Amino acid sequence: MTVLVRPKEGILDPQGEAIRQALSTLGYPASSVRAGRLFDLELDVTDPAEAERVGREAADRVLANGLIEGYEVVVEEDAAEELVAE
Amino acid sequence: MKARIGVITFPGSCDDRDALHAVEHLGGEAVALWHADADLDGCAGVIVPGGFSYGDYLRAGAIARFAPVMRAVEAFAAAGGPVLGICNGFQVLCEAGLLPGVLRPNHHGRFVCRDVDLVVQAAGSHWLGGLEPGAVLRIPVKHHDGAWYAPPAEQERVEAAGQVALRYADNPNGALADIACVTNASGNVCGLMPHPEHAVDEALGPVGGRPLLQGLLALARAHKRAKVVIA
Repeated sequence: MTVLVRPKEGILDPQGEAIRQALSTLGYPASSVRAGRLFDLELDVTDPAEAERVGREAADRVLANGLIEGYEVVVEEDAAEELVAE
Repeated sequence: MKARIGVITFPGSCDDRDALHAVEHLGGEAVALWHADADLDGCAGVIVPGGFSYGDYLRAGAIARFAPVMRAVEAFAAAGGPVLGICNGFQVLCEAGLLPGVLRPNHHGRFVCRDVDLVVQAAGSHWLGGLEPGAVLRIPVKHHDGAWYAPPAEQERVEAAGQVALRYADNPNGALADIACVTNASGNVCGLMPHPEHAVDEALGPVGGRPLLQGLLALARAHKRAKVVIA
């Protein structure tokens, strides 16, 4: 599963702004960059709904700070099948 | 009776030694505590010091809050024990939910290292030995993630409850409403980005850190007395 964490809208993101300036220096027409984080989690869970519940709980408790960050949880359902196939 | 003050060392703490020294310099008994400790070794006050605990991985302070010793700190704080978080310690206490808000990266994206002037707010007297509101303390800051922030409703609540103890005279990091130091609702937990432990000895520079640390020693003595009375 993947947990994507982003700075909330309206929250100043100095890292994203520094990256935007670097892109502008290289000539890219980037008017805004928001820098977040991506967590790839391998969970020993077979039920996708349970995986999503675990991912959301982990994001609420640890991976994101709800005061300044939002998150998305993306469950890749065939990950376990691929593992078995290997 | 000397106030017994514990200073926690996490992997990556770097201001723990100065905090221990400052406590002794001001007449307290300094006790080194370890992040894996299960208790506070009978301390009547605790300092969560500055540094870069766990490499600032994830977010500053986000991993340290899960250290075993933090369970003891949470129980101690809930029982009214005085806890002072300095710089990374402030970040840890915010992440642990013991203090309101969060520390964000400085708005200008640069590390800031200089002396700053801090203006005492009415709420600060609890920790600041009765200093009058408007008094100015000079203490150094050195941080990259020092901009205190809370969503508007939370900031209003913190202001209304009198939990803002110090504000920057000249905001060095983009902190909301120039807020440099906040306490919890009951006033026994306090956190700030500036480093009072670096500002206690005239031979080394400004001494604006003394009132805060003396405040901690006084609160620790009072907490110890209260515990003895209850026992």
